[in-house]
Amino acid sequence: MKTYYTNIESNNRGFRLNLKELWEYRDLVLLLTNKTFTLSYKQTVLGPAWIIISPMLSSLMYIVIFGIIAGISTNGIPQVLFYLCSTTFWTLFAASLTSNAYTFLNNAHIFGKVYFPRIAVPVSNVLVNLIKFAIQMIIVVGLIIYYTCKGEVDPVWYLWPLLPFILIHISVMGMSFGVIVSSLTTKYRDLSILVSFIMQLWMYGTPVVYPLSQLADGSLIKKIIMYNPMTAPMELFRYIMTGKGDVMPGYCAASVALTFVCTLVGIIVFNHVEKTFMDTV
Amino acid sequence: MKQKETAVIMSGVSKKYRYGQIGAGTLQGDLKEWYQRKKNARDKDEKAADAPYSIGDTFYALKDINLTIKRGETLGIIGKNGAGKSTLLKLLSRITAPSEGNIKIYGRVASMLEVGTGFHGELTGRENIYLNGAILGMNRAEITEKIEDIIEFSEVGDFIDTPVKRYSSGMYVKLGFAVAAHLDSEIMIMDEVLAVGDMEFQHKCLDRMKAAAKKEGKTVLYVSHNMHTIRRLCDRCIVLDKGKLVFDGDVDKATAIYLGAEDIQQIRYEFDADYRPYDEYIRLNKRFSMDVLEVLDTQLPEYDEGDIPHLRLTCTSLQQFANVGFRFEFWYQDGTKVGTMLSGKATEIRKGQNVLELRPDLTHLTPGQYRADLVAYLYDSDGNEDILDGVYPGFAFSIRNKLDERHYLDWHHQYWGHIRLHDMTVNRWQ
Repeated sequence: MKTYYTNIESNNRGFRLNLKELWEYRDLVLLLTNKTFTLSYKQTVLGPAWIIISPMLSSLMYIVIFGIIAGISTNGIPQVLFYLCSTTFWTLFAASLTSNAYTFLNNAHIFGKVYFPRIAVPVSNVLVNLIKFAIQMIIVVGLIIYYTCKGEVDPVWYLWPLLPFILIHISVMGMSFGVIVSSLTTKYRDLSILVSFIMQLWMYGTPVVYPLSQLADGSLIKKIIMYNPMTAPMELFRYIMTGKGDVMPGYCAASVALTFVCTLVGIIVFNHVEKTFMDTV
Repeated sequence: MKQKETAVIMSGVSKKYRYGQIGAGTLQGDLKEWYQRKKNARDKDEKAADAPYSIGDTFYALKDINLTIKRGETLGIIGKNGAGKSTLLKLLSRITAPSEGNIKIYGRVASMLEVGTGFHGELTGRENIYLNGAILGMNRAEITEKIEDIIEFSEVGDFIDTPVKRYSSGMYVKLGFAVAAHLDSEIMIMDEVLAVGDMEFQHKCLDRMKAAAKKEGKTVLYVSHNMHTIRRLCDRCIVLDKGKLVFDGDVDKATAIYLGAEDIQQIRYEFDADYRPYDEYIRLNKRFSMDVLEVLDTQLPEYDEGDIPHLRLTCTSLQQFANVGFRFEFWYQDGTKVGTMLSGKATEIRKGQNVLELRPDLTHLTPGQYRADLVAYLYDSDGNEDILDGVYPGFAFSIRNKLDERHYLDWHHQYWGHIRLHDMTVNRWQ
């Protein structure tokens, strides 16, 4: 029989990511994923169809506002594809962040009664978002094939094996930010109010509804937007999917490096908070 | 090997909390609090003497706990509210970390600080069993293996595929406990979860926990205010008081200490304010007070069933009362009320000091320790009473376990109650 041994110390804070323990609780992660997924669409008429409907609705909105009214160019990419592609990608990141921004507050009643690796909750949230993203990709890929046949887009097929890494990168980045926010919201509730506002601002600071090439080189706004860690992955993703977009290896590397730093900080903060947050919440 | 026998070792474990709101919740609040603390540190000497604490001071919910729990032990944890019981369980179940010291745990821990943790109303009973089981540390295969047993134990039966939001609260609790009871963990931690559910189910749960400890060698840690369940389940008991471990050992002794009935040898009681914890509620009008009670017939208040102790009560009255009654309300050592003895006829109380002789007849009481609250009251012919004074306890004593033709059996308090009624006669039918 396997013997379990736990040593609870008063002062082992700092970096400690117990992946082995998380692995032991893998069934919990899957069950939580399953729960979140089923619960999102209980008592809705359209059920899981919403996964596809909501990005389509927002794409439609962007087409009207930014494509038709504002007349922003989409670099020659068909507008439907451009906006749908950008929205799904952005949503993966944004949902990974916001779904985790309230981890501690929303689960206080469970965390206060039983121990399990708290990181299981953020991980399951990311899985939910990835599954939704995969479903949305069916439509996106369908459109890509359609427009490729028509000769309107030219996807970079040989780079497609890179996609999983990009997706993992942005979901981990989103999760890390979310975890940091949720750890801080245990002490400062103000942050939870700010989150939705910041996410909106962040979206407009990312080339989601416009291509980066629309911005004048050397302008201040472009400089600022280039520092946004989501800019390079966004452009890369669109480049791979549609053949049009700016590939910036340097900025991509910087974005990955930032993800690493955020993950580290996230884990440290999370560990710190998970041990005593029940005393503060 | 030591690890094989030991389940938990706590060494020097303390848990500190801060007075006042911990973390004001907003950044502004935190800054204010920080300033306040600074200011307090500066003004330490000027601090009002009667202020019990200032914001930012810390107190120990648990202080320097050293405890070793062996495998297969069922340990009861008792103490008054705020003694640190829940904190202790929270530390052991890793919900919060200790401020000092360390805890070594050999084995998996299943904590049942609540039943049905993580149950979601929209999910069916079956889905919730999986989710709850996984939260408590089981994997999917283990749950699948046990799900039939769990469903059977829960008595939920046909409703298992109904969303739990449609369950009655009893069903909810039963399902929650059923999951917890089927955990394979070596160490089980329970915080009075048994207090819910009907009597029959409570007994079923207790028996299940007992079997888990005795047959499967599981270690059970159980917190309760109910001395009966502690006695039924536990073979060792610790008493916490204000965060400190004050007793560790035998269950009977522990419950006695918890109830303040240990070391009964007092034969003279001077009733000061400590004896009147409820004074502000019941003794509105201090016209009469009981001052001293002396036990005259013995140096050690131990009696046999049927003895009649000889007591002398001295009391002071500010006025004359024609019909004053006295009563002893008897408590058994485990905190159950046994019964009440009234003074047969009204006593006349004169203004000034009165010395009374009290002769309570201890017939029917079974072996064990008792305390009796003494209450004096005025009464009228309509059955109304007006309490003049009450002392808690007024008299504590023990009944010896004497095996003779009348006491031919060890008395089993937990099954038989604390009163031995008059014997019946059984004759051969002629």
